[in-house]
Amino acid sequence: MIRIENVSLRHGKTQILHDISLTIAKGGITALVGPNGAGKSSLLSLIARLQPLQAGRISVDGFPVDTTPNRDLARILAILRQDSIVTSRLRVRELVGFGRFPHGRGRLTPADYAIIDQSLRQFDLTDLADRFLETLSGGQRQRSLVAMAFAQETDYLLLDEPLNNLDMYFARELMRSLRRIADENGKTIVIVLHDINQAGAHADRIVAMKSGRIVADGAPSDLLTPKTLQAIFGFEMQVETVDDMPVVLHFR
Amino acid sequence: MPDRRLFFLAGAALLCIVAFMTIGLRGNIGFVLALRAMKLAALLQVSVAIAVSTVIFQTVTNNRILTPSIMGLDALYLFGQMLLVFLLGGLGYAALDAQLKFGGEIVVLMALATGLLLPTLRRRADMGLMLLAGIIFGILFRSLHSLLARLVDPNDFAVVQGASFANFNDVRTDLLAFASVLTIAGIVIAWRTRHVLDVIALGADTATGLGISWSRTVTGLLLLVSALVAVSTALVGPVAFFGLLVVALAERLVDTRRHAVLLPAAMLTAVIILVGGQALFQHALGSSSTLGVVIEFVGGLAFLVLLVFGSRK
Repeated sequence: MIRIENVSLRHGKTQILHDISLTIAKGGITALVGPNGAGKSSLLSLIARLQPLQAGRISVDGFPVDTTPNRDLARILAILRQDSIVTSRLRVRELVGFGRFPHGRGRLTPADYAIIDQSLRQFDLTDLADRFLETLSGGQRQRSLVAMAFAQETDYLLLDEPLNNLDMYFARELMRSLRRIADENGKTIVIVLHDINQAGAHADRIVAMKSGRIVADGAPSDLLTPKTLQAIFGFEMQVETVDDMPVVLHFR
Repeated sequence: MPDRRLFFLAGAALLCIVAFMTIGLRGNIGFVLALRAMKLAALLQVSVAIAVSTVIFQTVTNNRILTPSIMGLDALYLFGQMLLVFLLGGLGYAALDAQLKFGGEIVVLMALATGLLLPTLRRRADMGLMLLAGIIFGILFRSLHSLLARLVDPNDFAVVQGASFANFNDVRTDLLAFASVLTIAGIVIAWRTRHVLDVIALGADTATGLGISWSRTVTGLLLLVSALVAVSTALVGPVAFFGLLVVALAERLVDTRRHAVLLPAAMLTAVIILVGGQALFQHALGSSSTLGVVIEFVGGLAFLVLLVFGSRK
């Protein structure tokens, strides 16, 4: 369980997060949605202790993120940042292998290699495994990074806009893979999404943020209504139901 | 495959060492060999210290162009020397216990370097800004150095001047024992952190996500870098582009940035260039003082090439 209590964040004079409290139960996919600048990424990086906590408390599985040794946290929680740029000259397999670092501090056992291979398969990277990262397209690189986070084998997976750079096919594949690992491996996934329909189709719960506050929270079918969406994004959009699934026509 | 290349590098390094010890032996062989062995020990230390410190520094700052000396670390060291002469006078400076002074200098250099570099690194500054900051640091310390040089007595100035230019011919053998402890400790620490260095190279956020305590680790690494820079600067004086040249060459030779391979490759390349070059210039060609100039010239060219043609970032 991820427990966020009264968390606030400011950069200079700008208040980014206002007194956020949120509990994310173990298991399932929680999507964070909201307009640009809502504070989604900031909240995610606070949970992943990439930024120091200024006010409030965050704990993952009962471990406070600010005082638990970093090494221990890396075995509980993995994070994929928006536009992580890897400048090292690495092959895909090597990058995914770094996901095993928190477990063996760099020494890879046969069990680690098996996990790396499985991770490559999971994200359709087996054919690319020996390519250098700089020879890949943005989407392929993005998938490699997700595979690395997956190879970390943590119970909690935090993903900041992983669908960036992915075409429709791979965006769907990635969301389906995430759905599968949430269902089969019991992972808890928190994901920042911009595509509201991807959230509607694959998430169990949607948490909507706006200007540093949580403005809506619930199951996709409850949340994806014209009224709520207008409150979140500030414009009117039509919502249709197709096969019992709400589809937001936000592009019209 | 990189292993075979390492093997080849090790062979070449060994050849250079043998050449350095044997070419042009004359007169009292025992005496000459003992003298050369001392110099060899110093050159080996300088090679290793510069190679290791440059590799680590490049990994921490995440670029292939910066080296500790381009960031002005050795200018800082020289400024410290000048300040000591200024405060104590030439005689007082010369009367200081060499090892005690060296120890003190290392501590001060480590403290200053970390104090100055950490804030820059913390801002995750881009390369341009880092390079600019380094050049300004370098100019600042060099200017302070020359300001003090104008204020001291000419006799005192002569004392410092000896320490201000790279000289592979006249190494400070009196500091050898003390320096070798540091160098060996540096190698051991660098080797033990080789996997951590690989992760650090992924950048602050990814490394933190993988369980590295970023600030603590980077501070420790910068301390190590400053100690190694102090070792090489104390033994032979400042060398600006040698580290850059060595690491750029080594990286192309082994074609990887993995530290388990790159660290030994850089050390061996440095030994080949420095010991081999010294053997060539001093013992074979008999023009002993030119190696420093040649290395700086080629290294400077390498710097320009990296800058212009991109460093395969």
